[in-house]
Amino acid sequence: MGRSKTTRRDFLAKVGQGAALAATGGLVWSYLLQQQARATPFALRPPGARYETDFDARCIKCGQCVAACPYDTLSLAAPGDPIPIGTPYFIPRDVPCYMCPDIPCKNACPTGALDPALDDINDSRMGLAVIDIENCLSWQGLRCEICHRDCPLTGKAITVEHHPRKISRHAMFVPIVHSGHCTGCGVCEKACPTEQAAIRVVQPKLVQGKIGEHYRLGWTIDTPITQDFRPEEEPSDGFKTRPGLDYLNQGEL
Amino acid sequence: MPASLGGKLWVWRYPILRRVTQLTVLLLFFGTAHWAWSVAGRPVLAGNLSGSEILGLVPMADPFAVLQIFLTRHLLEPKVLIGAGIVLALYGFLGGRVWCAWVCPINMVTDLAAWLRRRLGIRDAFFVSRNIRYSVLALALVLSVIMGLAAFEWISPISMFHRGLIFGIGLGWTAVLGVFLFDLAILRNGWCGHLCPLGAFYGLVGRVAQVRVGFDRQTCTHCGECAKVCPEPQVLNLHKAAEAGMVASGECTNCGRCIPVCPEESLRFDWRWQIRAGRLQQNHSEPPERRAA
Repeated sequence: MGRSKTTRRDFLAKVGQGAALAATGGLVWSYLLQQQARATPFALRPPGARYETDFDARCIKCGQCVAACPYDTLSLAAPGDPIPIGTPYFIPRDVPCYMCPDIPCKNACPTGALDPALDDINDSRMGLAVIDIENCLSWQGLRCEICHRDCPLTGKAITVEHHPRKISRHAMFVPIVHSGHCTGCGVCEKACPTEQAAIRVVQPKLVQGKIGEHYRLGWTIDTPITQDFRPEEEPSDGFKTRPGLDYLNQGEL
Repeated sequence: MPASLGGKLWVWRYPILRRVTQLTVLLLFFGTAHWAWSVAGRPVLAGNLSGSEILGLVPMADPFAVLQIFLTRHLLEPKVLIGAGIVLALYGFLGGRVWCAWVCPINMVTDLAAWLRRRLGIRDAFFVSRNIRYSVLALALVLSVIMGLAAFEWISPISMFHRGLIFGIGLGWTAVLGVFLFDLAILRNGWCGHLCPLGAFYGLVGRVAQVRVGFDRQTCTHCGECAKVCPEPQVLNLHKAAEAGMVASGECTNCGRCIPVCPEESLRFDWRWQIRAGRLQQNHSEPPERRAA
């Protein structure tokens, strides 16, 4: 029949068309995925959330963490929200994370997008609080320090230091955030009394710098001394005459 | 068509039952999420159709979503794997696409579009093979590997809809509207019957389904009423159905629409093993009857 005459050509054409259709569709589809995933750094995730790409891959968008949260902190991103679609997030200025010690949201997660290994809520890193010192009441000289007092890890995540003020005899008491302890729960942002919060929680990678290995803070005790200031053998006479350490005391000062 | 209300309801019994199950599932999710419905302190049905937990005891998960996540090379927790297994077993038994006809909320939208289409006599804009959904399914799996994201879960109008109804829909209604218009004006059963990779996945699961629409060829007059309402009319290939004694294709959604419209009552829900047993008996007792095509 006529079939056998056209089979091969038709078949190859069909295969080519099918492959082209799949490639076109796949490109558009992957573009959509990339656009969605792009918003990931702007989402504050529930405690225990794995790193961005891992979290995005694992989260099945079921909302069980949202249902488990006793404070209604969490939402699932709807299409059109500036957060990757269907994933859980919270806005601290609306409802912060109150850091339940039993971490019900993490326990509800079926996929491990929220790491089951997180045992201590104080070890969670949902974000990092940063202070806009131009609009912080304390940094402007008023006595506020509300963030410091409301912080669940007060004295660790937020401390208050006093600075002398220029001509006044009154000191300034300024809040400082310590990234080593801040969980990013956002209680400070919720509590901040300014019209727009002057302390805000964001993903650390958006604001946090990194000094790098090549700078040495030589005056700090815990900075290891490397090749430039390698300690020599203790002098046999017992005097501490290491180069660069006691040079100020060499002369008659 | 019976004129009395009771008769009409009887004809529409399966669509009505399906609306009831679809809305009940959504309501249980919604009540648990918003009104903290619980029994003995345990949340009734937490989560959504992608992943959930019944009474804090029985996990369930969308096996297609779990497969995609697995393909992003992430090891998943046992809970979600057990959940996916439970759902697979459930639909493997009841009929894979029972999900589509009895649970999936998009089905309410596409059924409405199909009904309006029949009413208004709208013709297809162009021909699209119903097998394209298996290509979409394959593409979803390939993209999950390449992109490191569960590809269909990030664009699925189904998830946007059920997640949205429970947790807030945002602009997700535009995707639902898109599916509705596509089904209404462009292609009959366009989404569910041609494109949806989740339906394709459950179509493959449904190949082993035990609940099937049984077919009695002795009474069938080939009037074609069943194919008019069927969302997957290719499964009502009456030659194949006569051979198997049932609608054997996994693409059948067990929606039950064909059963009440059959004037000869040649179609009914039945168990696959009983149909098989009946066939065997028949084959033993009477010589196989060859029918001229």
